[in-house]
Amino acid sequence: MIRSTHLPLVITIATFVLAFTLCAWQYPSMLSTRVVANLLTDNAFLGIAAVGMTFVILSGGIDLSIGSVIAFTGVFLAVILRDTSIHPLLAFAIVLAITVAFGASMGAIIHYLDMPPFIVTLAGMFLARGAAYVLSTDSVPITHEFYDTLQSLYWKAPGGGRFRLTGIFMILTFLVGVIVAHRTRFGQNVYAFGGGQATARLMGVPLASTTIAIYAVSGGLAGLSGIVFSLYTSAGYSLATVGVELDAIAAVVIGGTLLTGGTGFVAGTFFGILIMGLIQTYIVFDGTLSSWWTKIVIGGLLFGFILLQKGLTWATTARKKPATDFAAQS
Amino acid sequence: MENAVQPVLRCTGISKFFPGAIALDEVNLELYGGEVHALLGENGAGKSTLIKCMTGAYRRDAGVIHLSGEEVSPANTKDSQALGIGTVYQEVNLLANLSVAENLFLGRQPTRYGFVSQREMQKQATEILQEFGLSINPAELLSSFSVAIQQVVAIARAVTLSGKVLILDEPTASLDREEVDLLFSVIRKLKERGLAIVFVTHFLDQVFEICDRATVLRNGRIVGSRILADTTQTDIVTLMLGRQLESKVHDRVVSEGGKKLLELKQFGKRGVIDRFDLNIREGEVVGLAGLLGSGRTETANLIFGVMQADHGEALLRGEKISLKAPRDAIAHRFGMCPEDRKTDGIVGDLSVRENIVLALQARQGWFRPLQRSKVNELAEAYVKALDIRLASLDMPIRLLSGGNQQKVLLARWLATNPDFLILDEPTRGIDVGAHAEIITLIEELREKGMSLLVASSELEELVAYSTRVIVLRDRRQVRELKGDEITTQNIVHAIADEKTDQALRETA
Repeated sequence: MIRSTHLPLVITIATFVLAFTLCAWQYPSMLSTRVVANLLTDNAFLGIAAVGMTFVILSGGIDLSIGSVIAFTGVFLAVILRDTSIHPLLAFAIVLAITVAFGASMGAIIHYLDMPPFIVTLAGMFLARGAAYVLSTDSVPITHEFYDTLQSLYWKAPGGGRFRLTGIFMILTFLVGVIVAHRTRFGQNVYAFGGGQATARLMGVPLASTTIAIYAVSGGLAGLSGIVFSLYTSAGYSLATVGVELDAIAAVVIGGTLLTGGTGFVAGTFFGILIMGLIQTYIVFDGTLSSWWTKIVIGGLLFGFILLQKGLTWATTARKKPATDFAAQS
Repeated sequence: MENAVQPVLRCTGISKFFPGAIALDEVNLELYGGEVHALLGENGAGKSTLIKCMTGAYRRDAGVIHLSGEEVSPANTKDSQALGIGTVYQEVNLLANLSVAENLFLGRQPTRYGFVSQREMQKQATEILQEFGLSINPAELLSSFSVAIQQVVAIARAVTLSGKVLILDEPTASLDREEVDLLFSVIRKLKERGLAIVFVTHFLDQVFEICDRATVLRNGRIVGSRILADTTQTDIVTLMLGRQLESKVHDRVVSEGGKKLLELKQFGKRGVIDRFDLNIREGEVVGLAGLLGSGRTETANLIFGVMQADHGEALLRGEKISLKAPRDAIAHRFGMCPEDRKTDGIVGDLSVRENIVLALQARQGWFRPLQRSKVNELAEAYVKALDIRLASLDMPIRLLSGGNQQKVLLARWLATNPDFLILDEPTRGIDVGAHAEIITLIEELREKGMSLLVASSELEELVAYSTRVIVLRDRRQVRELKGDEITTQNIVHAIADEKTDQALRETA
């Protein structure tokens, strides 16, 4: 039997399959490894950031800072590789440490000062964006042979699709995310958190460390996403990835995670990303539609999924199982 | 009497002071293994304060707690859980979005290679639930089960975590009879396992059904402890209500009342209050008596449409009306002063004047504002008539004393010129002077021909002004007292559910 919480996930996957079938029916050439590979590569940075967002939303919070953190990471890498001679791997480690610390301190403020995540991460959004501007207001190109090596790594599938390193990175992130969410105590605490903070505390969930860890994960994944984005664009630009946090939230919600927290799946977010990517691909294939149609379709989808979640909530409260049916004969 | 067995938990001389009040005064309590101990008392008697001192939610100001002979002092609820004191509250404190197994094991999930082993967790959960007489699939969400099952899961978690003392704080408040049976079978099993169980409830029948011993608190003191097999319900109720039995003689005007105003037929709502019939005549004060949780407030809320009845019909002067919302009730010229003045009654930051005209303005509709001069006239008239003491009509109502706030609320409804006024605990928390004035006011209103329904826990007060008293018990109307039958003794006996005449003979 499908648990009612699994239903949004099933519907998301079904939506993706249906949409892909319709696209392939209209443009048979969409049914190629090339399209699939591009779907993964083009959305790799968004997908990685959305994993972090999934954890934040599952816990009942929100993180508005990730778009700015991605831009900051890109500019930081570009500037540090231009001005110093350190190896990109070291630069990656530094920038990840910065973004994890940034996320952790937002989590600490949210917990210890008892502030709403919306406001704290909004401040974080301006801070990170401002820091990016301070580093450079222009687009800084990244020219390093290590970058060229990374970019040239791909697995060529039959049919001409190139599965690049970044896309594989995103899939790995999702796999780790799924395991952490369902098979670790931290993951369970995140769900418990989303179910109700006061109750979670009474049941012994450590509030402070969990909150800090959630936002540290989100910040760190935004940093990783920034690295992937810099590989994708070979540049750092402080005006890049404006509003990516909202795309990530949309992907999480389309993926079947409840915005109020406590219910949802990391795997759902993956299909949320794919659905959003597919719409864009379709518009490219069509060639006559304005790219703004992407936004309209995503808006419509979001509405649909919110209504669906509301309906499911009603349906589950309406049919509670009576107590006596389950009492064992004793 | 020396007890050979050592108590599992022994509280000695527990005191707790709040600013301006003594919540607990040198309370002693002993809990024995394999015994269900009822903790009884009216609101504010100190039951929950005592429990919170035992679980470490409050810091006690004096006294010692011995658990299995050792002195303990839990600093917080987590601490007391680890020591062996588990608590289950009225509202289930579990996470509805997690599965039953996840709820049972949150924070101590079985792991393999550092990862939570779902299979092991399901297996262990099934075993634990089986012990508690539940054969449910622990992989299903907690929210897909009824409150009773959730309560049992909460108990299972508390017992597996703690395992010495189990405190049940009103666990049956929102359960129906079959669910209560399920819960009781679990409690009996735990009793056999030797746990010391504290059972807090307002339902006396359940106390006599499941408990072995009862301790009654009143005003922060223990007023008595009884072995329930050797005692009667009357005895317990007398202990709980105490001073109210020292009955005073009131001069009561017996009036029959005029024409039938409101007639309720088989009115009720499942799980809130049993179906009842109620007639209210013009110029009549009907009192609602009963212990806390007996359904007094629920009756009032149902009639005023705060809660919607799921059965029965209401007739106003012989015509059928619908009472789906307070707006309907107000449209039929009903008024109600709710029990919880602070949250349901006053609008704290609005001025006294605005609070007085609120209901009248609401009935008129917001697009036809009352004229400023009319508002002033009304407010001043009522302030004078009810002798509301205030510095200015413009001061926010939250600054007034409880008695004056209550009078403003009365004024609010009197301004709408109601035919039928419901008062829920009109004298709670107000000083003696205002108390007497409100009683006089109720009598005056009745003489003018208004019908009133008054719910109160003050029996003397009900005896003083009621033309009829309806006694509620366990959400059921159990007796109606008329004329000379209305005495505090009779009300107490009706609450304790014993034959009135027999009880009369005993007291005589």
